Amino acid sequence: MPIIGIFSNLYTAFLTFLGQVAMLAGETILSIFCGRIRPKLVIQQIAEIGFRSQLVVIVTGAFTGAVFTAQAYFQFATLNMETAVGPVVAISMFRELGPVLAGLMVAGRVGAAMSAEIGTMRVTQQIDALRALAVNPVDYLVVPRAMAMFISMPFLVVECVGCGILASYYVGVNVLNISGVYFLANTQKFADSSDIIMALVKGFFFAGVIVFISCREGLNAKDGAVGVGRATTSTVVNCSLAILIVNFFLTMALNVLFPAGQ
Amino acid sequence: MMSTPLIQVRDLVQKIGGQEILKGISLDIHKGETLVLLGKSGGGKSVFLRHLIGLMRPVSGSILFEGREVTTLKERELEPVRKKIGMLFQDGALFDSMNVFDNVAFPLRERGERDPAVIKRKVDESLAMVNMRGHDKKMPVNLSGGMRKRVALARAIISPPDVILYDEPTAGLDPIVSDSINTLISRLQAELRVTSIVVTHDMVSCNHIANRVALLNEGRIYFTGTTDDLRSSTDPTIRDFVDGRSGETIY
Repeated sequence: MPIIGIFSNLYTAFLTFLGQVAMLAGETILSIFCGRIRPKLVIQQIAEIGFRSQLVVIVTGAFTGAVFTAQAYFQFATLNMETAVGPVVAISMFRELGPVLAGLMVAGRVGAAMSAEIGTMRVTQQIDALRALAVNPVDYLVVPRAMAMFISMPFLVVECVGCGILASYYVGVNVLNISGVYFLANTQKFADSSDIIMALVKGFFFAGVIVFISCREGLNAKDGAVGVGRATTSTVVNCSLAILIVNFFLTMALNVLFPAGQ
Repeated sequence: MMSTPLIQVRDLVQKIGGQEILKGISLDIHKGETLVLLGKSGGGKSVFLRHLIGLMRPVSGSILFEGREVTTLKERELEPVRKKIGMLFQDGALFDSMNVFDNVAFPLRERGERDPAVIKRKVDESLAMVNMRGHDKKMPVNLSGGMRKRVALARAIISPPDVILYDEPTAGLDPIVSDSINTLISRLQAELRVTSIVVTHDMVSCNHIANRVALLNEGRIYFTGTTDDLRSSTDPTIRDFVDGRSGETIY
């Protein structure tokens, strides 16, 4: 039956996708530990991935913190629990919103660029030229990007969360007139180092998700400019979905190690 | 007595999209010769060339390079073989994020050369060999097709290879630039004593540079011999190719 065939093809394509991403991740990690690292390329990629992504991540974190504070205040004010806004926003930013939003923004900005760059190299035979010159494309293209992503992403998550909490404090205390002392005291009381660790761990995993999916899409691009466009779109869609799905499983797993509210 | 061929291809088969492109190619390439592989456009010449450097894996068949089977080597195991082979891609395949100097210097840097003076000297020598001195600051996008091919050739020869593979070196170029590329190929063979394998459908180019000619027809090697043998052949398939006849009529 055609419908079974369609589902079978989709399932096969999904498994192939997972297999290719996992194999690329394995080869990259092996290459990081056993191959030649190109420090100049890693630094270039840190500038591209980390440094130039700061503005988008800071703005996203700040306005998410601000709007979340406002909404939480509107609800909590009816229960006279305005001072709970600080810890609720802080813990949400650390545990969920900061890493996920930073991940989604970096996937949109950096993942798409990575995929387009590598995809263009692929369709213009530049990757074949690398191979013909006895340079492994994973060593030259993926390893520097992966290292830069793993180094940069935790910092971007911290910036996103930090700016979200600062914006929350500003909106809560200066705009909505919550007591600054209680805001800070309650935030310090309920948010602890386990929340920070959770944010950093999620940032590290999302870095892997973004870099391996993006590079896989770029390395598999075909059919010229249309193919590069398709690879870029797939990168953003697949990275975004993967971040949301991985986030759920990470939350469940990390909550066992760092239980919330303990 | 003939020496052992540098490259031995046996019964090479390749399929793309269900269509058999190469149907069992067998060919020997000897050290120091310039072999021109002729054939129709879309006949599998470039596909064949890509197999020689391991950019494609055959469905079946074998390729021995210096007596070593290359079709079964893994990507990383192919690197020592690839260091002995330079390849000129049809459109040059220059790295578009690097200028001419960095493109040509790329193989040197990747093979561990760190001394800027040595790199500069070798890049200058390579660019001089292809008559491209003075263009080292230009980006690939600002080069003409012929210039791109020259720079790509400079990149391919900067770490002198044993073999150079040329994929349609004169395609899309005007006759004068084509002639200069042909002269360059002959010069490189004379000066560097490399083995050259040139894929083309350009008979002028073939007459200019070939020591030996192979004609690829219907996925198989149809003819091997000298350019004189090719020109004097009375075989209708060879004559059609040499004389540029399609066999089609208006009515």
